[in-house]
Amino acid sequence: METAQQLDKPALGTNDAARDKAINERDAMTQDTPYPDQTVGKPFVDNPKMRLRDVEVFYDDNQAIHGVSLDIGKNEVVSLIGPSGCGKSTFLRCLNRMNDTIDICKVKGSLHLESQDLYDPKLDVVELRARVGMVFQKPNPFPKSIYDNVAYGPRIHGLANKKYDLDEIVETSLRKAGLWEEVKDRLHAPGTGLSGGQQQRLCIARTIAVSPEVVLMDEPCSALDPIATAKIEELISELSESYTIAIVTHSMQQAARVSHRTAYFHLGRLVEMNDTETVFTKPEHDLTEAYITGRFG
Amino acid sequence: MSETTEKVRKTLARRYRSEKRFKAFGIGAIMIGLLALVILFTDIISKGYSAFYEYSVELTVHLDPEVLEITDVSDAEQLNYGNYTAAVRTALRELFPEVDEAREKRDLYSLLSSSAGYELRDMLTEDPSLLGQTLTLPLQLDDAADLYFKQSPANRDTVRLNDNQKSWLITLEEKELISVGINESLFTRGDSREPEQAGMLGAILGSFFTMLVTLFLSFPIGVAAAIYLEEFAPKNKFTDFIEVNINNLAAVPSIIFGLLGLAVFIGLFGMPRSVPLLGGVVLTLMTLPTVIISSRAAIKAVPPSIRQAAMGLGASKMQVVLHHVLPLALPGMLTGAIIGMAQALGETAPLLMIGMVAFIVDLPSGPLDPATVLPVQIFLWAGSPEQAFVALTSAAIMVLLGFLITMNTIAVVLRKRLERRW
Repeated sequence: METAQQLDKPALGTNDAARDKAINERDAMTQDTPYPDQTVGKPFVDNPKMRLRDVEVFYDDNQAIHGVSLDIGKNEVVSLIGPSGCGKSTFLRCLNRMNDTIDICKVKGSLHLESQDLYDPKLDVVELRARVGMVFQKPNPFPKSIYDNVAYGPRIHGLANKKYDLDEIVETSLRKAGLWEEVKDRLHAPGTGLSGGQQQRLCIARTIAVSPEVVLMDEPCSALDPIATAKIEELISELSESYTIAIVTHSMQQAARVSHRTAYFHLGRLVEMNDTETVFTKPEHDLTEAYITGRFG
Repeated sequence: MSETTEKVRKTLARRYRSEKRFKAFGIGAIMIGLLALVILFTDIISKGYSAFYEYSVELTVHLDPEVLEITDVSDAEQLNYGNYTAAVRTALRELFPEVDEAREKRDLYSLLSSSAGYELRDMLTEDPSLLGQTLTLPLQLDDAADLYFKQSPANRDTVRLNDNQKSWLITLEEKELISVGINESLFTRGDSREPEQAGMLGAILGSFFTMLVTLFLSFPIGVAAAIYLEEFAPKNKFTDFIEVNINNLAAVPSIIFGLLGLAVFIGLFGMPRSVPLLGGVVLTLMTLPTVIISSRAAIKAVPPSIRQAAMGLGASKMQVVLHHVLPLALPGMLTGAIIGMAQALGETAPLLMIGMVAFIVDLPSGPLDPATVLPVQIFLWAGSPEQAFVALTSAAIMVLLGFLITMNTIAVVLRKRLERRW
């Protein structure tokens, strides 16, 4: 398929008729284009780290996710893209059972971390979250010192008992997060005193301090300026050597820069998932094409 | 565009005028409130300040062993039960040798406080070698005589003394034997029938022990209940029912808690009457809804992002609450507790029901000794007939208000200091 052509967006305030036509076309696109029965592309890999089949999520009677199936490979960076409200964050939160905290949320389907069923009633959620960590959209360091922020996870999971071990974990995590040089002299300063970008890196350090296998990132750069964003994107590439990463992002450029495979969500359905380069240069489904060319989203 | 501006301009004057009116109402309301406050404070202070000092008369007392009926100085019992009143009265009579008749003598003696002799007893017990010597020292006047000097000369007629007594007092004044000093017994003695000997220490200690019991019971129970209701309780009709009831309890008239104390704690459990322990338990029940409600508000104010971060790291529910929610909610909880305590400090009705209204002279040494509390003491003094109790009542009110203002100020300062900005 040829590269899709950009539809000309009419300038604001000039031609109302042309603008209305474009809007109608877009609405027609989302209503008339049928969803694919099966996800287009290659959503599955061999020996996946996380295997998710027929995932359905309901908020009371509202179905937010319709039968999503995909794999996340070992040490792979998978990005989830799609228009607002299409269920990317909801889906991400299923992977470490953060949806449990929302009373009206019900999750169905088969979700596995390697051989462990995530929704096994015998599974301790606390243990799961030590294996699958999460970085949130708005940096949320604890109102404690930088050291205590990073050390909190290892402390509660009993990963380090002696101060020496704890110091080592804190330093390693801060180095991996690219924050060590900037804070090594003030480890006991409050974490909330850092800049936005530094706080987010602190949250990343905090998350990797417990040595998780998978790191989930929910739009980690959306609250940051471009320079901080660039630093974190570099970080993600480095981290993928040791961890499996799933990142939700609104920025297609970011997805293109950072991830190996990209999954396109539309209104709770997984439309297409493929190698990132393929998705952005040769999308197979019309909806995907419409989204990445900017006709909606 | 200019059409709109015209319309706007026309109504602008009216809008500003109604704004000014609104401001005036607001300021007027505040002024009324302040005026009431000023009137209240002026009244109380003007009535109460005179209770903080007292007049004494300087007498030359001869510690005559015969008059005191003390033969053996080393006998403690003799020292204790010596007839000091006689010695003091002798000294007074020496100043007025013309007083002969029994009734007149009685009038003269009544100018001195009935406890005037005890000062001598204390001095002699400390230094028995003083026996036989002559001392000159200021002795406490009776409340009516004391009141006589506290009045302005125009009001001296209102004091309940007969003409003889008044002329004797004037003589003493002219002889420059009248001095003024701090009323020590106000803060060192318990209650008494005699106004010049009455003090609030008993009531202050009673209030203190009661508050202690209340704090140690209501704070942990209230905080634990708030944490459970906010964090762990399932959201169903039953917990809603509990929440409604707790909010309603905060509005129940306090005397009902007194009835509860009477019926259940005294009647069913057989707890002792009139003790701060029981008072504390009753007041705990009363302040518990306040503490629970303010603690819940403090817990709700902790941002969910912190909880999510902690949970994302794999902290269990209990760890999230203990490590993150509680430390951040603690300032709000403390403020609520202090305000609840201030409220409980001023409570009278429930404590009346459980018996903390008795006339108790001894100072309580712990929460299990019978005691009374400051608001009840005010109530008792307000009902006493002696004129001097008017000043004492107001003085006690000033002390109580002082405590309340201090506690509320601490609560405000604490809240400002520990407030975090997210």
